[in-house]
Amino acid sequence: MKLEYSAAQRAFRAEVRDWLEANAPAAPLKSFDTAEGAAEHRAWEAKLNDGGFAMVPWPKEYGGRGADLLEWLIFEEEYYRADAPKRINQNGLFLLGPTIMEYGSDEQKARFLPRMASSEEVWAQGWSEPNAGSDMANIQATAHRHGDHYLLNGQKTWASRGAFADWLFGMFRSDPTSKRHRGLTFILCPLDTPGVRVRPIPQLDGLPGFAEVFFDDAQVPVKNRLGEEGEGWKVAMSTAGFERGLMLRSPARFQHTARRLVELWRRHANELPAATGAAVTRCWLAAEAYTLDTYRTVSRLAAGGKIGAEASLNKIFWSELDLRMHELALDILGEQGELLPTAPAARGVGNWLDGYLFALAGPIYAGTNEIQRNIVAERILGLPR
Amino acid sequence: MDFRFDEEQQLLQSTVRHFLDAECTPAVLRVLWESETARSPELWKKLAALGLTGLLIPEAQGGMGLDETAFVLPLEACGHAGLAEPVVATAAVAAPLLREVAGALADEWLPRIATGDARVAVGHPTLSFVEDAHQADLLLLPRGEDEVHALPRSAVQVSEQPANDPSLRIASVAFDASDNSCVARGKKARALFAATLDRGALASAAQALGVCERLLQLAVSYTSERHQFGQAVGSFQAVKHHLANVKLKLEYARPLVQRAAHSVAKASAQRALHVSMAKHAACEAAVFGAKQTLQCHGAIGYTWEQDLHIFMRRAWSLDHAWGSSSFHLERVRRALLEGAFAIGPGATFQEEQQDD
Repeated sequence: MKLEYSAAQRAFRAEVRDWLEANAPAAPLKSFDTAEGAAEHRAWEAKLNDGGFAMVPWPKEYGGRGADLLEWLIFEEEYYRADAPKRINQNGLFLLGPTIMEYGSDEQKARFLPRMASSEEVWAQGWSEPNAGSDMANIQATAHRHGDHYLLNGQKTWASRGAFADWLFGMFRSDPTSKRHRGLTFILCPLDTPGVRVRPIPQLDGLPGFAEVFFDDAQVPVKNRLGEEGEGWKVAMSTAGFERGLMLRSPARFQHTARRLVELWRRHANELPAATGAAVTRCWLAAEAYTLDTYRTVSRLAAGGKIGAEASLNKIFWSELDLRMHELALDILGEQGELLPTAPAARGVGNWLDGYLFALAGPIYAGTNEIQRNIVAERILGLPR
Repeated sequence: MDFRFDEEQQLLQSTVRHFLDAECTPAVLRVLWESETARSPELWKKLAALGLTGLLIPEAQGGMGLDETAFVLPLEACGHAGLAEPVVATAAVAAPLLREVAGALADEWLPRIATGDARVAVGHPTLSFVEDAHQADLLLLPRGEDEVHALPRSAVQVSEQPANDPSLRIASVAFDASDNSCVARGKKARALFAATLDRGALASAAQALGVCERLLQLAVSYTSERHQFGQAVGSFQAVKHHLANVKLKLEYARPLVQRAAHSVAKASAQRALHVSMAKHAACEAAVFGAKQTLQCHGAIGYTWEQDLHIFMRRAWSLDHAWGSSSFHLERVRRALLEGAFAIGPGATFQEEQQDD
């Protein structure tokens, strides 16, 4: 066990820190779930990409710098430390990107990854359907093979970033006689394809963070298929694994929130009951535990290990921690916790309310925590199905 | 940066685990419970032969010359077996304390601990009772917060305090202090006591992880076999979620314990903080595990005959030992409020960097 960073890792951290200090926006950008905010975020991503920091773990030819997972953690720590903008293209960068890296042809990698890194193409995810939520294998949208094209029909819903994205990835039933996990194909579809209609859905915060997407004989070339026909479930599981795991929710995000929570508590400590301090301490401690566990996992992966069902443990842990931290912050803020950012008295309150609304989605998306607990019980503990 | 144990450390854990699976079964523990001392001289000798009692003792004095990082996995294995022998008191706490007291006392006792010929108990100013005083050949005891005294058992009065965990033997100890018995005083004594509390808490935390894992295994095994409504009760989502929640607490306590071990081994400036984080999380996981696994067993788990309570009682007694879960949470809270250390992304290993 060696818990010191190498000289190269320290140099990498310094480089990222310097670049972010010089380049990260001084003021928060508008929400990427508005047209104006989406444009601001795209511009920021382009700048990040020009600096070579859009997706450091990717190979150089696709816009990355071939960083290892530990450097990825360091990058994330610096990114959150700098309070840099949320990533508008996270569906692409953190979910689809690694999946293309695993299942894509060289041609697909060259076609999609650089434009993903620059956010020239922003991705929406098309997991859920009206009748395929927790039961994702119940997908009914179809992909009918027609020569060198698929004709897509059906409906996706809760497509995150759907309102302002350029592309969508999702699973479609390519074998009409198939059931459940079989006969599904993973397809990448431009949202401006004729026959595709996007209907944005306002979320809890009133902004269109997700959308319904309707497909009516939308024609997509076969080369936009990721993995083999009928192998969509396998491909998607790799995506979902990344989603629950390291890429999407690196510990820095929760350490950043925990630090803000501790600072908020320190400012109000004299007026607060001791129990609040204990609750804040538990949250900070949990964020540290998540961090240490991630370093432990990354060390294991660096030595050739794989991420398995323990990704479900991660997902439960961070999503419930995130929610607890925001609940606690709003509790500390009291009546100020009710204020919208536009309220004159909201200066200095911070974005806890927005964060709370966002955190509430955590235990639901990427597979509800009830589903994750079933996975932990069955695949890690070995309880009967 | 490598948050992994090396092969030798993992091997030691599996060796201890296999040994205890065979030699320290629940049946063996129950027999010991009925004995006068609740301790097994044979088992202690064998643990010494494995190197466990002398793990933290320098090689020159017959030990393995290893550190707490290497001890944490075997201690987890001890917890998993519900081992009652005083590995915490003698091997994890007394041995390093004697090493730091040094001199003739250390030269006399460390080799005897390493060979399994001596058991040493340790008292602490913040604790009322002394673990394993009833069998100790030597006791290291506080007078106030500023003096450490070393006395043979014949020179102290041991009043045993029957405990809820039959594997735990604790006692009030009275003694007449003298200049002769004093082995450290003042600032040095206070530093020794601070380190002692951290070592005791760390070793208890490591055992608590093993206890929690054992509780989970018992519950998984029982609920997979027990049928109601025509199916295994472990297939019910309510049961699954109880046990998944235990697993969650256990898995996120583990890296805290391992990190704390590293900080104790390296005498990090944040040793106490890291130990308290670990003790809080590990004991909370074990106590929570006891409650949830009892619930999943139903009435059978509430019986004396079922082995579950052997480990439930271990979970509770380890929580009470060397500062309870809430004592340690309070230590963390105070340090966090004072802003005694950097927090936030990138700050987790800051202390280690300063050591470079």
